[in-house]
Formats: sequence, C-alpha cells, structure tokens
Amino acid sequence: MIGLTHYLTLAGIIFTIGVFGIFLNRKNVIIILMSIELMLLAVNINLVAFSAFLGDLVGQVFALLVLTVAAGEAAIGLAILVVYFRNRGGIAVEDVSQMKG
Amino acid sequence: MTLTSLAFYLFATVAVASSFMVISSRNPVYSVLFLILTFFNAAGLFVLLGAEFLALILVVVYVGAVAVLFLFVVMMLDIDFAELSEGFLQYMPIGATVGLILLLELLLVFGASSTLIDTKPLPQATPDGMTNAEALGRVLYTDYIYFFQAAGAILLVAMIGAIVLTLVPSNNPKKQNIAAQTARTRDDAVETVDVEPGQGI
Repeated sequence: MIGLTHYLTLAGIIFTIGVFGIFLNRKNVIIILMSIELMLLAVNINLVAFSAFLGDLVGQVFALLVLTVAAGEAAIGLAILVVYFRNRGGIAVEDVSQMKG
Repeated sequence: MTLTSLAFYLFATVAVASSFMVISSRNPVYSVLFLILTFFNAAGLFVLLGAEFLALILVVVYVGAVAVLFLFVVMMLDIDFAELSEGFLQYMPIGATVGLILLLELLLVFGASSTLIDTKPLPQATPDGMTNAEALGRVLYTDYIYFFQAAGAILLVAMIGAIVLTLVPSNNPKKQNIAAQTARTRDDAVETVDVEPGQGI
C-alpha cells in the first residue's frame, strides 16, 4: 500500500535534484530557473500528499497559491533574462554582478 | 501489488528520471521537454492522491503556459550552450555532497514525522458526493478569499512587471495627439481642385 512516506520520499528526491541542478549548471540561468520550478513542484507534491492523508483541503489551496507564485516567478525571471541578454549579448551568470549600480 | 501502487511507482520513476534529465541535458530544449514530462507525471500523482483539479491546473498552467514560455525564451535567445556547459563537472563534488546531505535529512524528517500519520486510516480530503473542484471552490472562495485575491494581485503585478521589463520604447510611437485633432479645421483638411477635362490632376 502506498503511504504518505512514499510521496514524501519522492518529493524529497525531486527537491534534491532541483538543488543539485542549481549547483551543477551555475552558468546557465535557464536551467537554474527550471531547477527552481522542480523544487516548487516537489513542495506541491508534499502539500497535496499531506492534504490527502490528513483529510484537509487546505493543503490543496496552498498548493494552488504556490502554483500561482511559481508562474509569476517564471514570467518575471524569463523577462529579466531577456533584458539581460539584450544588454550583454549572453546569459553567463558570472557577469550578473555588473548589473549593479 | 495493486494497480494504484503500480501507477504510483510508474509515475514516480518517470518523474525522478525525467527531472534528473532536466538538470543533466546539454541542450536546454531537451531540458524543457523533460520538464514537461516531469509535470505530466506529477499531475498523474495528483490524480492518484485525489486532487484532480490541481492535476489539471498543473497540466494547463505548467505545460500550457510556463513550459512553452521557457521553450520560447530558449529558442528566441541566440545562445551558445556548448560554451555555457563547459564547467559542468567543476561543481559536481560540492553539489553532490550538499545534495546528498539534503536528501538524507529530508528522508529522515519525512520518515520520522509520517509514521504518526501512516498508521491511521485514510480520511478523505474531498467529502462524499462532491467533486474535488467543487470542494476546493467551496473552501477557496469563502475561507481563503483574501489569499485568492492576493494570488490574483500577484499575477497582475507579474504581468505588468514582465511587460515593463521587456517593452522596447518605439522611436515612432503612433500616439493620439488630441490637440492636433481638435485644432483641425475644414480649411486645412479639404482642398478644392479645379480639374481640367481630359487632363487629370
């Protein structure tokens, strides 16, 4: 029988893959944004699993809010990426500090 | 092994494998496609958990909007991805260490906390005789209406922000000049021409 532990373990693995992806692809902002999406997905799996196993719908409401914020974050992140590419002609993360001031 | 467990293991395996491919692909287009696969499998898991509405929202919002947005940006920007993935293995040891520690801690916490819940019989998040979407709507539009409104405000701000960031001011804006419009008279708008027959203008 599939219990709560199975879902939590799966979410933990996906979250770790997301963190790992940020470490691994430090130069590629697009992959970093996708890794953040993976981490938010893992959090959503956790919320929905707890919602189902505790018999409380609030977890699903919160997952819906996380989904909204994730969509907004992706839109803003990609917009910043496009502007950055337009100014610099590349998306190397090492040069991002030049944006200051 | 019941059909439910079989479906869980299928969805979970494909989700983990494809999310690993997201971070390890050299080509970001493949990464986006694997991200879509991950979201589809997560949607399958949500259906297994009885959250049909969230599963469909995940497919519509993520696969339909966010992933396509990613694909759009990846293809629109002319980036040399071979150069970007050069130092790929440079951060492997530290990343693997941090990832492993994080995974072990997460599993420890989840394993310890979920034994309290696992033993109880499975309650139902969605009440009997009601669809998941209806039950969610009854909670979302009453108890959590302010959170719902805040989510809408966040989306509005995100939309305005994205437009403001990426809008290039045009050097030939076709704006309405109301003063020029109202100052127009018949004399400078209409010209009477006396056309000679057979010659044209």
